Amino acid sequence: MKFIVFILSVILSGPAMAQQPAPSGIPDTLEQRVKPCTICHGDEDRAGRDAYYPRIAGKPAGYLFNQLRNFRDGKRYYQAMAILLENLSDEYLLEIAQYFASLKYPYPEPAVNTLSSAEIQSMETLIHSGDPGRDIPACSACHGKALMGVKPYIPSLLGLPHAYVAAQFGGWRNGGIMRGQTPDCMSEIAKKLSQEEVNALAMWLPAQPVTGESAEMEVLSPELVQRCQTIFSREGFPQ
Amino acid sequence: MKQLNESGFVPIKQQITVLLSSLVLPLSVMAASPANKADTEQIQRGEYLARAGNCMGCHTTRGGKPYAGGRQLNTPFGLFTAPNITPDNETGIGSWNGEDFWQALHYGKGKDGSYLYPVFPYTEYTKITRQDADAIFAYLRSLSPVAQTNPPHKITSPYDNQFLLFLWRTWYFKEGVYEPDHSRSEDWNRGNYLVQGLGHCNACHTPRNVWGASKEDKLAGGEIMGTYWYAPSLISPKEAGVGDWSTDEIVRLLSTGVSAHAVTSGPMATIVRQSLQYLSDDDLRAVAVYLQSLGEKRSDAIPGKIPPMPERVRRYLALGETVYEKRCQDCHGKSGEGVPGVYPSLAGNRSVTMISPLNTVRSVLYGGFPPATAGNPRPYGMPSFQHIIRDQEIAWVVSYIRNAWGNFGSLVSPEDVDSSRGNEF
Repeated sequence: MKFIVFILSVILSGPAMAQQPAPSGIPDTLEQRVKPCTICHGDEDRAGRDAYYPRIAGKPAGYLFNQLRNFRDGKRYYQAMAILLENLSDEYLLEIAQYFASLKYPYPEPAVNTLSSAEIQSMETLIHSGDPGRDIPACSACHGKALMGVKPYIPSLLGLPHAYVAAQFGGWRNGGIMRGQTPDCMSEIAKKLSQEEVNALAMWLPAQPVTGESAEMEVLSPELVQRCQTIFSREGFPQ
Repeated sequence: MKQLNESGFVPIKQQITVLLSSLVLPLSVMAASPANKADTEQIQRGEYLARAGNCMGCHTTRGGKPYAGGRQLNTPFGLFTAPNITPDNETGIGSWNGEDFWQALHYGKGKDGSYLYPVFPYTEYTKITRQDADAIFAYLRSLSPVAQTNPPHKITSPYDNQFLLFLWRTWYFKEGVYEPDHSRSEDWNRGNYLVQGLGHCNACHTPRNVWGASKEDKLAGGEIMGTYWYAPSLISPKEAGVGDWSTDEIVRLLSTGVSAHAVTSGPMATIVRQSLQYLSDDDLRAVAVYLQSLGEKRSDAIPGKIPPMPERVRRYLALGETVYEKRCQDCHGKSGEGVPGVYPSLAGNRSVTMISPLNTVRSVLYGGFPPATAGNPRPYGMPSFQHIIRDQEIAWVVSYIRNAWGNFGSLVSPEDVDSSRGNEF
């Protein structure tokens, strides 16, 4: 009888056991699963602005999802990400994107501003008014008044390391980020900026304190949505 | 699978038949339906077989339209581009008939009669039955045509010479459909057909000679042409031979990408994602039975005594141990024991100790996730360390895991680490 009870208890505990952490103490969580991401992008303790890697915590989910797919599918080129993501499904990438979007880590102290007051003045004009003469829209028109992005597809511009911002401008200018996806609005805009403006933006943005949050879709003008429609790819993203 | 369905499943021929019948003679719709049902079944079978043969692996580029080609393979003989095999008249195989397809698959000849380069594995596909070839062709014909012109091959002289290719074929290509061995079980024969024919496992797992032809020792392992990966032997118990494995564990590894003792990585992870996870349980079992029969059993002989290590080597490995404790131990365990089905054990892991350290070095350099499959939809992953630690540290730690906890393997140098870098992306 004891034996039967033992057998039964083993059978009954089977499915329950599967839910528990592995005996080694490896937790059955997404946090554990995305360790390959956080080794570079930082976890709560070091979501700083060290080195090159951009902060991904708190960025809009649709933006992160599209970037993950673009890296995997060769539509945004970065070898390390392409290899890492090669065999992951859309469903899993969506879950990973939503996980990082949900993280509310504190932002690092802004970098020291080394620009002259004239440069600061011209950056603030560019950010908030753009340059209609060159058909450059205000950065804030798409990235939100607080420059913290617009849910769910447009990224924030603050809280990123200088090296990353500078490299992305380079990528936009040589067409390496969207890799032929059209319309490529950000490439068009980046190509219209002078090298001095790009350098100054890459200094100015990391020097701003983060005060706001991602804005909602309604703030976008239909004209800009049309101009940048590639990034509003909704396929596979829950509405 | 999702991508496949998007490309349209109702064959054009069928659409036209239905359209014509409804216009001309309504009764013929009824008469036509059994034939259509047979067509649909053939197409479905073809879709399954195209998965099993992983046609997509070469004929679809990263993020590209399914079967529209464009993926490039770099070989010592030149840069080859997989053609568009959707039924587009101009850029695909829209003008082909079943016989043309059979010529290509079975004889390695193009529609114009020219010899195809064996980068297209007709050396294995020749074993495919006519019935299966027709089903694959019917499936490809059912896809929506994609107009996509791919760049031509860039073949290095003198390999662009058809006569040389003729000589190569005379020497290395043996045409013929798979002939079952009636002394063996049905499963074994089915497995043999899938492994040696349709699945063309040889293309990677067999060493090649200087002319790019498979050597006689089938599935004995070798570096994969055009990549920086080593495809382990499927025979040797020191590599990936499964003579001692249970059928269940082989099936689990091939269908989900992970098993209690093994994890697929690199190109094999991709094959599981693109192809093997879609195979029926019966076919996977057949593959397992065949692979078991190939695998040599672990020898019972007392293993050779591991020679005592000189002080210099001990110091080298101690440096690796320090890296291991800091970077690897949290997941792979204090004694390299790993976590079954989550993080592979390193103690006794044949992929770690086999002669070529290439795959281990690459796993440390680039990291990766096992494939997301129905059986393991949310895999745990391995970080990439290429930007975290120096080549010297990678050399230390790989040397350490190759020689800790009873493992025994050669030491790895920073030069080995550097030469393992390769860009396939």
